[in-house]
Amino acid sequence: MTSETMTAPKIGATGAVEPRGAKPKKLTIARVGVYAFLVIAALFFLMPLWVMIVTSLKGLPEIRLGHLFNLPAQVTFEPWLKAWDTACTGRDCNGLKPGFFNSLKITLLSVPVSIVVAMINGYALSFWKYKGSDLLFGILIFGAFVPYQVVIYPLIIGLSKVGLFATLPGIVIVHTIFGMPILTLLFRNFFASLPPELFKAARVDGAGFWQIFFQIMLPMSVPIAIVAVILQTTGIWNDFLFGTVFAGRENMPMTVQLNNIVTTTTGVREYNVNMAATILTAAVPLAVYFISGKWFVRGIAAGAVKG
Amino acid sequence: MQHSVSIRDLSLNFGNVKVLQHLDLDIAQGEFIVLLGPSGCGKSTLLNCIAGLLDVSDGQIFIGGKNVTWEEPKDRGIGMVFQSYALYPQMTVERNLSFGLRVSGMKKDEIDKRVARAAEILQIGPLLQRKPVELSGGQRQRVAIGRALVRDVDVFLFDEPLSNLDAKLRSDLRVEIKRLHQRLKNTMIYVTHDQIEALTLADRIAVMKNGVIQQLSDPHTIYNKPVNLYVAGFIGSPQMNMFNGTLNGTNFVAEDGTSISVATYDFATPVSGSTKAIMGIRPEHIVLGEESRSMPFSADVEIEIVEPMGSDTLAWTKIAGHQVTFRCNSDVVLKPGQKVVVGFDAGRGSIFSTETTNRL
Ligand SMILES: Nc1ncnc2c1ncn2[C@@H]1O[C@H](COP(=O)(O)OP(=O)(O)OP(=O)(O)O)[C@@H](O)[C@H]1O
Ligand SMILES: [Mg+2]
Repeated sequence: MTSETMTAPKIGATGAVEPRGAKPKKLTIARVGVYAFLVIAALFFLMPLWVMIVTSLKGLPEIRLGHLFNLPAQVTFEPWLKAWDTACTGRDCNGLKPGFFNSLKITLLSVPVSIVVAMINGYALSFWKYKGSDLLFGILIFGAFVPYQVVIYPLIIGLSKVGLFATLPGIVIVHTIFGMPILTLLFRNFFASLPPELFKAARVDGAGFWQIFFQIMLPMSVPIAIVAVILQTTGIWNDFLFGTVFAGRENMPMTVQLNNIVTTTTGVREYNVNMAATILTAAVPLAVYFISGKWFVRGIAAGAVKG
Repeated sequence: MQHSVSIRDLSLNFGNVKVLQHLDLDIAQGEFIVLLGPSGCGKSTLLNCIAGLLDVSDGQIFIGGKNVTWEEPKDRGIGMVFQSYALYPQMTVERNLSFGLRVSGMKKDEIDKRVARAAEILQIGPLLQRKPVELSGGQRQRVAIGRALVRDVDVFLFDEPLSNLDAKLRSDLRVEIKRLHQRLKNTMIYVTHDQIEALTLADRIAVMKNGVIQQLSDPHTIYNKPVNLYVAGFIGSPQMNMFNGTLNGTNFVAEDGTSISVATYDFATPVSGSTKAIMGIRPEHIVLGEESRSMPFSADVEIEIVEPMGSDTLAWTKIAGHQVTFRCNSDVVLKPGQKVVVGFDAGRGSIFSTETTNRL
């Protein structure tokens, strides 16, 4: 192997170096190769983002020249303003703004509701076992594999029967239901990884279902709850299908409006506005990842200690 | 007499697995009972049943004369200490101690008083504001004991509380638990698979095997008069030396024909005729040197292995065709291959029926 020559002991001017302390790190050819690959991969995945950013900052005449990767000759924020404020989504021309606030509403309501429900579920399923609780858990997990399309129609009927179809509570309920299997699994596995003695000690101390949940389990589940928040925030923000079907005209999320802007057939195709609108829509999940990446890894690691 | 804890005909199954079957146990007020047995014999299960953390399949449990079989753990008047400490990780030591009291809605000044008393008894006063992660193993286990202490209960349950500690701490804390028992005089039920802990702490030891109590007695009786082969083999380190053979009146004849007099042995049940039997003699009951010539049995043997243990020395040899260890003073110089004379009095040993494995 060629790398062998490079990892051989260093010979200094004064002769052989006596090994001592931390072993010096050396750059081997294999290592260079790995780094090169990583850099290329990163560039590959960053390329679309680059194109989007530069395009969104160009005027339409400059775009028509076709230099996809070039920096804008003249930077303009006009497309961004238009995408936010005045772009036409079908008949209305208010830009993405209303969609943004709709998505905000839906996400801010659905994330806590779905997480609280799943957390209590997971807690009950791992500590307060009763006859059939394992079966219930099995069914719940099976729910994760049911294709959405199968459930959508019955759900529409059900929600309209109780008058919640095409309303804000309706879409929140839908997100809670569909988030349940994976989130319950996440929390149940986390709680199952805690020592059962902790629960026993609390019972001997006289604490009940809710006291153990709020005073002991909840403070311990912060890392895994953050994972759940990230999963749910990005999942719900990016959702298109449920938003179109269940949210109703008043509550159309940003993704649906983005689609409407991009696919509008009247007039010229404003690539710069489309790009700006897309970046605006993706900004929230991106921000969530950037801010919470560290927590995410930590929480996943905490949950993955034991199955 | 009023028993502190009474267990009547207790059975517990996990599905088809029968862990405890028709178990009876009476524990006197203020008694220190140790449940001793190998891993998986049902010690923790029994303790969890007493604590009310497991629903029993059959039978009854009385604590302080009251039938608590269907009571919640908190209503049984028990405190429990676990092997893994089970401290609430997000709470300070003080809040760990007071959690149960706060949950029960006790007044603040009474809580403070009890926490202060527990902290004083266990010498954890300076640690009160720390979180469990900032404590050593020994300190954590002290806090766990304190959590049982503040609740002012009649019965303490310990589930291998010292198993996670290193040898030094273990013996320190062992003494401390003994001191605690002498001071508080509560009933204590203590699970362990460490026979030293059992022998040093217990008023009575219950030796368990497969969910059945084999023998329930004081440590001296358990050690010197084990009721069956299992107890004899489980207690004592190194193990009791065993000889297979036949019992003929006042003579035990080993398989290789060596005859050992059992005239001094106190038979539990009269034996007549000739029966297959196993004789057991503890390593420290075998005497080395010329004075052993006067013992009921003595033999010239060759030393095979010598293990100096510091306080005494273990030597390995063969008697009557069986591998035998004996204990002698560490000042005696022994070498492998050396010829010595050893002897013992069968009256200090135990004889078991080969057929039933029970003590004869
Ligand atoms: N939840 C359970 N479901 C099924 N079987 C169980 C369960 N808990 C314990 N057992 C079985 O019951 C038996 C007794 O277990 P227990 O925990 O009481 O043993 P132990 O004597 O405390 O052992 P150790 O010294 O290892 O703690 C074991 O064979 C174990 O496999
Ligand atoms: Mg156990």
